[in-house]
Amino acid sequence: MIPPTPSPLLDRRTAIQWMLTAAATLTVRDHSALAAETPGATASARLPAKGYGPDPSMVKFYLPGDVWPLTFTESQRRTATALCDVIMPADETSPAASTVGVPAFMDEWVSSPYPGQKADRALILEGLDWIEAEAQKRFKTSFADLQAAQHIAICDDISQAQPKPEFKKAASFFKRYRDLTAGGYYTTPEGMKDIGYRGNIPQATFDGPPIEALRHVGLA
Amino acid sequence: MPVITSAQAQDSYDVIIVGSGAGGGQTAYTLTMEGVKVLMLEAGRSFDPLTEVAMFQLPSQAPLRGEKTPDKQYGFHDCSINSGWDIPGEPYANAGKKPEDQFRWWRQRMMGGRTNHWGRITLRNGPYDFKPYTQYGAGFDWPISYDDVAPYYDKVEMLIGVFGSNEGLENSPDSSPGVLMPAPKLRVGELYAQKHAPKADMKVVSIHRAVMSVPQDAEKLPAKLHPGNPKAQSILADSMRSRSPCFWATDCHRGCSIRANYDSQTVHLRPALATGNLDILPNAMAREVTVNKEGKATGITYIDKTTGKEGHVSGRAVVLAASSQESVRLLLNSKSSLFPQGLANSSGKVGKYITDSVSSSFSAHMPAFEGMPLHNEDGAGGPHAYVPWTQHEQNRKGALGFPGGYHLEFTSGRQMPSMTVANGFDNLAGRSGVTYGRQLKEDARRYYGCRLGFGAQGTMLPNEGTFCEIDPDLKDQWGIPALRFHWKWTDHELNQVRHQQKRIGELLTALGGKFTKPPETDPLKAIRSGGSVIHEVGGAIMGDDPSRSVTNQWSQTWDVKNLFMADGAPFASTADKNPTLTIMALAWRMADHLMEELKKGNI
Repeated sequence: MIPPTPSPLLDRRTAIQWMLTAAATLTVRDHSALAAETPGATASARLPAKGYGPDPSMVKFYLPGDVWPLTFTESQRRTATALCDVIMPADETSPAASTVGVPAFMDEWVSSPYPGQKADRALILEGLDWIEAEAQKRFKTSFADLQAAQHIAICDDISQAQPKPEFKKAASFFKRYRDLTAGGYYTTPEGMKDIGYRGNIPQATFDGPPIEALRHVGLA
Repeated sequence: MPVITSAQAQDSYDVIIVGSGAGGGQTAYTLTMEGVKVLMLEAGRSFDPLTEVAMFQLPSQAPLRGEKTPDKQYGFHDCSINSGWDIPGEPYANAGKKPEDQFRWWRQRMMGGRTNHWGRITLRNGPYDFKPYTQYGAGFDWPISYDDVAPYYDKVEMLIGVFGSNEGLENSPDSSPGVLMPAPKLRVGELYAQKHAPKADMKVVSIHRAVMSVPQDAEKLPAKLHPGNPKAQSILADSMRSRSPCFWATDCHRGCSIRANYDSQTVHLRPALATGNLDILPNAMAREVTVNKEGKATGITYIDKTTGKEGHVSGRAVVLAASSQESVRLLLNSKSSLFPQGLANSSGKVGKYITDSVSSSFSAHMPAFEGMPLHNEDGAGGPHAYVPWTQHEQNRKGALGFPGGYHLEFTSGRQMPSMTVANGFDNLAGRSGVTYGRQLKEDARRYYGCRLGFGAQGTMLPNEGTFCEIDPDLKDQWGIPALRFHWKWTDHELNQVRHQQKRIGELLTALGGKFTKPPETDPLKAIRSGGSVIHEVGGAIMGDDPSRSVTNQWSQTWDVKNLFMADGAPFASTADKNPTLTIMALAWRMADHLMEELKKGNI
């Protein structure tokens, strides 16, 4: 199985994005945009990204960016990474969300060509920009560079059941971002281990629940 | 004889089969093992379950964590390709505008059809299910009884490998002694439900599924299934030895490269090809059944999807197993001066009486499961237990307001996490806002694996408002006229769903489950739309009266005696059982009859 840590491929892809971000003439940071800037590239390279189609290889291992280009700006990526780790920090038993590739997954999600992710794209890109602006406004510092207490000060305001009116939109962003971060985290091997999933391993026999489990629910 | 291209098709075959799923696969198996020369057409591409299924992949190795998309409508790793409710270039229409009048039509365009990704639940229809009019005063009695089909249920179960236990239930029949493989041990949630369900006057028993819990008996079974046929016995023994029993990991919907569970290629097509009597032509989209001046079927006209060209194949008999509504579409599109209303449709009943399982679901949080000692409870990639229907007495008294009943399928426990794994934790923890940080991780460790949900699948008897017809305008990408569906729920289904919701609520309460909102009392909000369960059957129902049915008891059309149906189309109703096992049993029985008729020279 592929380890979920960022691979050299991903690093290269990220590097390409940074490079593209620096190219101020480009508004879409993706491989097709790069191709379009290459002499001789046709206009078709500018077509919107496509999905994997109805007959993808199911056995291949995919990384974010393998099927459609990622689109976070460098600033959004830094904010997204920091926010993922505020939501799923490292603790005694498991690593932080950024360690297991959740920020790249978030980028893959919002960059998806499918309608199911479309609403998330607007919500999350605007939300990341908002939270960065809020960090600058409150602390004159990038969200990614804030102290833990400063992260919490902002996130507490936008995680309330009844947020103040000025935080309403940011709160709906935070809830969705939290859910996606948690989903992205617990679908990795480290997340599965932390939550207590012990399966996906072939066994010669299926012996049913252990005695401790039966005792736990009053069956033994 | 192998998987071929159009150019390699022979001039004529004994039998042409359209479709390679459960019904087509069983028919091809039965015929070729007895020496009949068969050509099978499949609209999808070849597919190799050994190398193409993603058994162990994690969601994090798939785009979007494997979530459903329009390209993969049951999720990325689900064993369905070029498949879905909506397939570009293959439209269908709904006549009704209201949400409750919609029919959703799943098509699977790949070798082996839906058998690649089904749930492998193989419950037999019971005696009442074949005689609903006699039993409930509604629907149509089938022209056959349970006793006619029982020997074929035994044969199919021995062939495909089914685990389960005999429970002596009313109308949920046992298998013959020695047929079933041992039922796997139940998971802790299943055992817990088994202990407490009686408080709600329900019971939990082992389910039957087409998953091998032990190796097949390659020494004894072939002789039982093919007496006096040493070649067939030898081929089947080889096939059985090539299959491994379940290794208790991975979701059966992903397909099975170790051949532990039934799919058409693993069990039916592999030995059928080994006989040398089967050709399979993939990428062949059937357009029309051709007929001669005498009104006998002569073959199939199809579009070769790799070239776009039309081709024709000939046979002494034609078997339609394209999936029930696709077979109906073929009949309705096969118009001629002899059959102006479509083939085999002198009764006007082709397309009529479509049914699907009646379904709703409900789930709860189980506080008793919090803090469960961690253990591996993957098991056989799907349910080991279920709640059978037992309220026959109330039904006999007419106390329920609907015919038949429903069984409950359920899932519990610590399954492979997906994107929704952490949903609802804020509510469970009684927090007013959105939890994050270390607290979220603690909540997740506490609440994961504590959900228990029940889904009902129930009887649907045919009604006059539920049918399909050829749409006057709509065509698919090959110019083949498309179907338009009409769907109507009757009080029977709505009363049943009301009952389902109430009873699932009572059951979950008996188990100590906590739900935030009560069970749904409006059945139209709870019922899954027509076709959603992918158990749609009917459209060419069997009967004993040619003016009121399309086929006789042998799934042989009344009007065209060398034309047979081998999918769900001849079903005269949907039982409270999943249809695939019955499709296979009826296909085997039909194929035996077809061979008799070929031998007698009647066809």
